Amino acid sequence: MCLGIPGRIVAITDEARQMAMADVSGVRREVSVACVVDGPLDALVGEWVLIHVGFAMSLIDEAEAARTLDALRELGEAQEALDAMAEGAKSLEGTT
Amino acid sequence: MRYVEEFRDPKAARALIARIAEATDAIGATREEPVRIMEICGGHTHAIFRYGLDKLVHEGIEFIHGPGCPVCVLPMARVDECVEIAEKPGVIFTTFGDAMRVPGTKGSLMQAKARGADVRMVYSPLDALELSRRNPDREVVFFGLGFETTTPSTALTLLQAAREQIPNFSIFCNHITVPPPLKALLDDPWMMLDGFVGPGHVSMVIGVHPYDFIARDYGKPIVVAGFEPLDLLQSVLMVLEQIREGRAEVKNQYARVVPEHGNPVSLAAIEEVYEPRPSFEWRGLGEIDASGLRIRPAFAAWDAEEKFGIGYAAGPRHVEEPEGCACGQVMTGRIKPTACPRFGNGCSPETPLGALMVSSEGACAAYWQYGGARVAAE
Amino acid sequence: MKDGLRPARTLRDDRVTLAHGGGGRAMRDLVEGVFTAAFEPPGMEDQARLTSAALAEPGARLAFTTDSFVVTPVEFPGGDIGKLAVCGTVNDLAVGGARPLWLSAAFIIEEGCEVALLRRIAATMRAEADRAGVRIVTGDTKVVQRGAADRVYVTTSGVGVIPPGREMSAEACRPGDVALVNGVLGDHGAAILAARGDLALTTDLQSDCASLNRLIEATLAAAPGLRCARDATRGGIASALNEIAEASALSIELDETALPLRPEVKGMCEILGLDPLYLANEGTLVAFVPADQAEAALAAMRSVPEGANAVAIGRAQAGEPGRVTMRTAFGGRRIVDMLVGEQLPRIC
Repeated sequence: MCLGIPGRIVAITDEARQMAMADVSGVRREVSVACVVDGPLDALVGEWVLIHVGFAMSLIDEAEAARTLDALRELGEAQEALDAMAEGAKSLEGTT
Repeated sequence: MRYVEEFRDPKAARALIARIAEATDAIGATREEPVRIMEICGGHTHAIFRYGLDKLVHEGIEFIHGPGCPVCVLPMARVDECVEIAEKPGVIFTTFGDAMRVPGTKGSLMQAKARGADVRMVYSPLDALELSRRNPDREVVFFGLGFETTTPSTALTLLQAAREQIPNFSIFCNHITVPPPLKALLDDPWMMLDGFVGPGHVSMVIGVHPYDFIARDYGKPIVVAGFEPLDLLQSVLMVLEQIREGRAEVKNQYARVVPEHGNPVSLAAIEEVYEPRPSFEWRGLGEIDASGLRIRPAFAAWDAEEKFGIGYAAGPRHVEEPEGCACGQVMTGRIKPTACPRFGNGCSPETPLGALMVSSEGACAAYWQYGGARVAAE
Repeated sequence: MKDGLRPARTLRDDRVTLAHGGGGRAMRDLVEGVFTAAFEPPGMEDQARLTSAALAEPGARLAFTTDSFVVTPVEFPGGDIGKLAVCGTVNDLAVGGARPLWLSAAFIIEEGCEVALLRRIAATMRAEADRAGVRIVTGDTKVVQRGAADRVYVTTSGVGVIPPGREMSAEACRPGDVALVNGVLGDHGAAILAARGDLALTTDLQSDCASLNRLIEATLAAAPGLRCARDATRGGIASALNEIAEASALSIELDETALPLRPEVKGMCEILGLDPLYLANEGTLVAFVPADQAEAALAAMRSVPEGANAVAIGRAQAGEPGRVTMRTAFGGRRIVDMLVGEQLPRIC
């Protein structure tokens, strides 16, 4: 019950039943958007959602995603800098 | 793949692993006296092994695999009831793929299919509902399995069936909830856990506040985590930092998907369709109060238990574990799969004795498949 | 060659009945109208009578293989059961170093099967046989009652010649050998899953079904030290590698970052919780070459259409015999085990 995958809503397919077409890397599947609709269904087109067993269950918050990624990227770059310094120090020690 | 591959970046992973090591040293945890972190959700167990995270992090961290695998905690009696329904004439029994190979006392659903029962795998309960529209002369039953992540989808499907007054569709409800078994584990004096990695997709539905009691009453940190390797590593780091600083709080690492208060539509649908059972059997944990859901009387027309006079409607059954089976102990993190006397000795993916060896989330299956026990330490 | 061929009788039926399997006129009409017309076998006796100078060469060996094909749906994006059968048998011969020559084709047909479907399948088989440079020279048909088969099952046997001096086998692999694949992984398995319809997934994916004999000849010419090849059909690349590791008593390590996968296949696997290493391929093989011939082998593969995306994915090593592992993108390591049963979609 954990397998959820991000996908993009590309079209509304059935207004009455609240169904939309989602795209995951070129694979398409009709999903229910009952959990994420907030206003007109059309507004969902282009949005990224978390899909689980044929239901879009949450809107992916792009700002939050960016924030998490930035923090991770900074960590990665800081680590790179540390690695580079450690490499530099090692090569200094290596010279006679 | 957007929102997936960025969270698998090896550079950031190395940075997190380094920071985790530093935090673990600061706490003073070692291989002999590790910090014990439980990942509750089976999907997290699977991800840990798939990416080899358990071997990449400091050896002073021990992952305790929690009971968040709905297939693993399925009692054998329930599997028998599935087979019983599937074998009734005219029934199309639909299920997620996960449940197909779980052994009951009369074999698995896969074996019932081989004997002639019409058992079909579906990706979504909506597909099962569609089957009932297309086959008005057949009884379509959907096996509603899973924690809160999946519960809303069956609830919404049932509501759709009710709206259309579809007479030949019903749900065999086996939904369970996460907080009660967590409390049972925390109350167990034997369990010594230092922190939790919380189930990201369950929380997408229920929000983060159902876990407040863990921090408040038991003083343990819990970080709700996503499923990509960077999500898991970042969450582990956040747990360690809390332990280091003597804090016990509920934090949300998966904020891009998990809203603080969960999903209102899902929660409303669950409330409308389901009510808690007074008690429910969990394989390995026994009976737990108010941990299972059943369909409300108003929706009895779509309740397979009522339609077929089976399950708790008929009176709950209990079936004994096979001889030597230690599923319960593995599932509650008391022992590692390799310590089970039947691991590789009568119990293997080809001949599973219990669900932990069959389910892709089961700790035993993960150990076997990804070699947690078999790949030599780097 | 149409020696001894009687003028084909007109086949008027649009569906196959049990009479078409009865051995009488109706059956002859079906065989001639659909299969003989498409395959044009040399002669009309019960057996094909063939000569080959290549077989007569001292040191040459006969290669012989057989396979049955049961696929649902029978027609899918990128091919049909007939194409699967011809390519599958040609490839089974080619991966052993044989030059494929002749195929037989036997059909078990369900009562009620549309004749038009059989014509399409026969036409596909003829086209693929021509492409691969082989001939379908004999065959058989049987008709079974409705429900006893899923429209049509095909069994093809194939015969080829292994030229003298060629010794391709898993046992020839040595530590340090490089593992190559000729293209992207999992297209067939993913396309079939989508085509089945019960998962309601739509995609543009096509089966990668293709004959690989030309590719193997080109690779052998450029890299004569080619140790072995296996086509990665059921059970995917993981199964083929496990077989090679066991037969050669070596271990194999894969590099996860090197695995070539289309985004759609990745997407399908993420949605269904499947591992692309275990998805079936019908036009993809894995081959082992000595390290110093890897570049030449890759260049040769890339020079033919079936090898456009050829890439190195791992290495054979001394170590735990029969063990296949993969270095993950993180530098972690995990085992890539043999598949147990079928890979099922999951929600957990």
